[in-house]
Amino acid sequence: MSTITELKGPAAYWETEPHHHPEGASTNIGFWVYLMSDCLMFAVLFATYGVLHGNLAAGPGPKDLFDLELVAINTAMLLFSSITYGFAMLRMAKGDKAGTLKWLLITLFFGLCFLAIELYEFAHLIHEGAGPQRSAFLSAFFTLVGTHGLHVTFGSIWLITLMVQVMKFGLTAANQRRLMCLSLFWHFLDLIWIGVFTVVYLMGVI
Amino acid sequence: MAIPTNVETTFLLGRLNWDAIPKEPIVAATFVAVVLGGAATVALLTKYKLWGYLWKEWFTSVDHKKIGIMYMILGLIMFVRGFADAIMMRLQQAIAFNGSEGYLNAHHYDQIFTAHGVIMIFFVAMPFVTGLMNYVVPLQIGARDVSFPFLNNFSFWMTAGGAIIVMASLFVGEFAQTGWLAFPPLSGIAYSPWVGVDYYIWGLQVAGVGTTLSGINLMVTILKMRAPGMTMMKMPVFTWTSFCTNILIVASFPVLTMTLILLTLDRYIGTNFFTNDLGGSPMMYINLIWIWGHPEVYILILPLFGVFSEVTSTFSGKRLFGYTSMVYATVCITVLSYLVWLHHFFTMGSGASVNSFFGITTMIISIPTGAKIFNWLFTMYHGRVRMELPMMWTIAFMLTFVIGGMTGVLLAVPPADFVLHNSLFLIAHFHNVIIGGVLFGLFAAINFWWPKAFGFKLNVFWGKVSFWCWVVGFWVAFMPLYILGLMGVTRRMRVFDDPSLQIWFIIAAFGALLIAAGIGAMFVQFGISIWKRNEPEYRDVTGDPWNGRTLEWATSSPPPSYNFAFNPVVHDLDAWAEMKAAGAARPKAEYLPIHMPRYTGTGVILAALCTVCGMAMIWYIWWLAILSFLGVVGYSIYHTFNYDRDYYVPAEEVREVEAARDAQLAQGA
Repeated sequence: MSTITELKGPAAYWETEPHHHPEGASTNIGFWVYLMSDCLMFAVLFATYGVLHGNLAAGPGPKDLFDLELVAINTAMLLFSSITYGFAMLRMAKGDKAGTLKWLLITLFFGLCFLAIELYEFAHLIHEGAGPQRSAFLSAFFTLVGTHGLHVTFGSIWLITLMVQVMKFGLTAANQRRLMCLSLFWHFLDLIWIGVFTVVYLMGVI
Repeated sequence: MAIPTNVETTFLLGRLNWDAIPKEPIVAATFVAVVLGGAATVALLTKYKLWGYLWKEWFTSVDHKKIGIMYMILGLIMFVRGFADAIMMRLQQAIAFNGSEGYLNAHHYDQIFTAHGVIMIFFVAMPFVTGLMNYVVPLQIGARDVSFPFLNNFSFWMTAGGAIIVMASLFVGEFAQTGWLAFPPLSGIAYSPWVGVDYYIWGLQVAGVGTTLSGINLMVTILKMRAPGMTMMKMPVFTWTSFCTNILIVASFPVLTMTLILLTLDRYIGTNFFTNDLGGSPMMYINLIWIWGHPEVYILILPLFGVFSEVTSTFSGKRLFGYTSMVYATVCITVLSYLVWLHHFFTMGSGASVNSFFGITTMIISIPTGAKIFNWLFTMYHGRVRMELPMMWTIAFMLTFVIGGMTGVLLAVPPADFVLHNSLFLIAHFHNVIIGGVLFGLFAAINFWWPKAFGFKLNVFWGKVSFWCWVVGFWVAFMPLYILGLMGVTRRMRVFDDPSLQIWFIIAAFGALLIAAGIGAMFVQFGISIWKRNEPEYRDVTGDPWNGRTLEWATSSPPPSYNFAFNPVVHDLDAWAEMKAAGAARPKAEYLPIHMPRYTGTGVILAALCTVCGMAMIWYIWWLAILSFLGVVGYSIYHTFNYDRDYYVPAEEVREVEAARDAQLAQGA
């Protein structure tokens, strides 16, 4: 028996009146927690890159391989896509379905540009004999950057799916929730990329 | 069986062919027994037309209680497998003296000790702990389900899929021969060329997805779904320890996942993360895997600390002594568990400063743990202790775990560890804490909450038989290992040269047989209790057979699908004890429709596709891997087009269920 609280009347112990539970109230925080777990996966890749980046095994190093101009264009693509996603969310808040879809399409375009440039970079490196098997440094590089790229790929598939769903069902509460989750995901990838750009490319070349 | 070298790869079946079926008599006989047993089960289920019932009521269920029970059943099945491995090892080590090779060849023996560790941690302890949290936490916080019920179902089936992959390795191909953490370079493609390590990787990856998602789910559930009035410091202790466990899961399993992905890349496409050449660093793997591995230890034990707290308080008839210090101790352990990983490899040679740091942090962890022990003792002090089975397991835990904790502090001293590293002393230590802590806690929990889950109590006599066999068996089985370890005997040995050691291994094998008797008695206990479930001394009509203190005892046994007809309102700790004292046990009001999630088969289908994908990757059947992966993506997208995910239980139905409960209560009174 409780010794601290004074006992109350029986009515104080149960909620007997009808009340409304907001639907999907946990989705947002749930998705945040998922993103943090994903962030830890990247943390492992960053740590691995940090430990192994000097292990060139007499192969090419960052200064021989990285083309900062290309990476700058690539970074711009991804940052633009984050801004345009933001515009889509603003249109969504106004209830403007066509505007939302238009900005999502532009976001998708920038996302695909980013992927295309990254694939070109990878193909070029492999062609030069600097593939992921060449040294521990290159293994760590390809895996860190490639994992980010895979995330963008899945983000793009998700984006297309959501565009179809918004087209079909409109900006319903469920769809708005989903757009919000993808928004978090998309900006999160931007953040990771800023880490990649700094740690891998800038610190590698400077 | 020798490892096939030069295995031909075909397009259709990858490297799977007739040679992959082991022909050793022991494995073949097991295979035949499993096939016959499986066929009999399928035949019985078909004869009694149970498939539809299982599919509709269990497999596709999103009810946290049913999912919790399915986790416990999975854990129990895998426990039998893991224990069979243990008995085989004990037998081998007891007879492989004086020139005898024993009865297991090296290839088979190495798989057994690897499988034993992997199964006991990932597919016994984890499902048990997850199942327990799944069942109890929503009830304790007065919720109707978890935050993401569909995800919960999917998580379970992923865990089951991982278990299926690991079990398949027994009959098709081989399992890893690397030890339970698969350290490279041994686990690299150069030294483990066939499928063993790949079974290990894909089994853990498929199950790991489930574990991570269920961690997110339960963590958010505890944050968002608590009953009105239940602030963080009014949560039951089991909920608190579960909360910390799920934080640990979310913050450590991604590390395991990524580490195994890197090992996969080394094995499949020839990267050089953990190889010996081209700049790879095997020690990087060992650091990473223990950054997951040490928190994992606390993932397993923390929920059971919660169980012991609930049991001690309930059976002492008192509020828990030092609730606040218990919560802080749990949080301290949660944080500290990330700062000790290097004590698993002091011998790596990181230098005196690094080793000292990790030695000291390791010793510091024993302080909050010790505080907990004192809290339980003070809870019992001046209490009216009822020696029911859960309380007996709790006391056995306290006696056993303290010894295990002390040998742990001993191992935390780096110079001592240099002597004891990789010895049987270490094996004795961690079995001492895992059996004495996790398993004893699970048995306490099973005896404690079984009546809640099924509506009848467990048989006490057979419970006591099991208890004494287990406790005595544990000491007889593991004390010899402490002695052998101090004498310098290393772990994972198959044959021995020094005949003077044999007596200790024979004693240990005898202890293992006592434990086997304990397991047998436990199954008898379950069987008898199920058989006699309707007899008055078994039946629980009150929903509160132990005079409990927390909200799970405020509803019927077993609870209705919606758990509570009305949301409980919490004012203080031990909410149910207070409700009973205030005469508010049974609210009287007009029933309302209840919002509940709909059952779905999507979780089963997605997990099945993931399991197929894992098997295809293991055997290099690329077309099937691609196809099943596309299936996973496609079916997930298809599932998102279904917006109709919930429904209302009509007030009429709630009224009927609650009227039946009223009648039951009247009959019990």
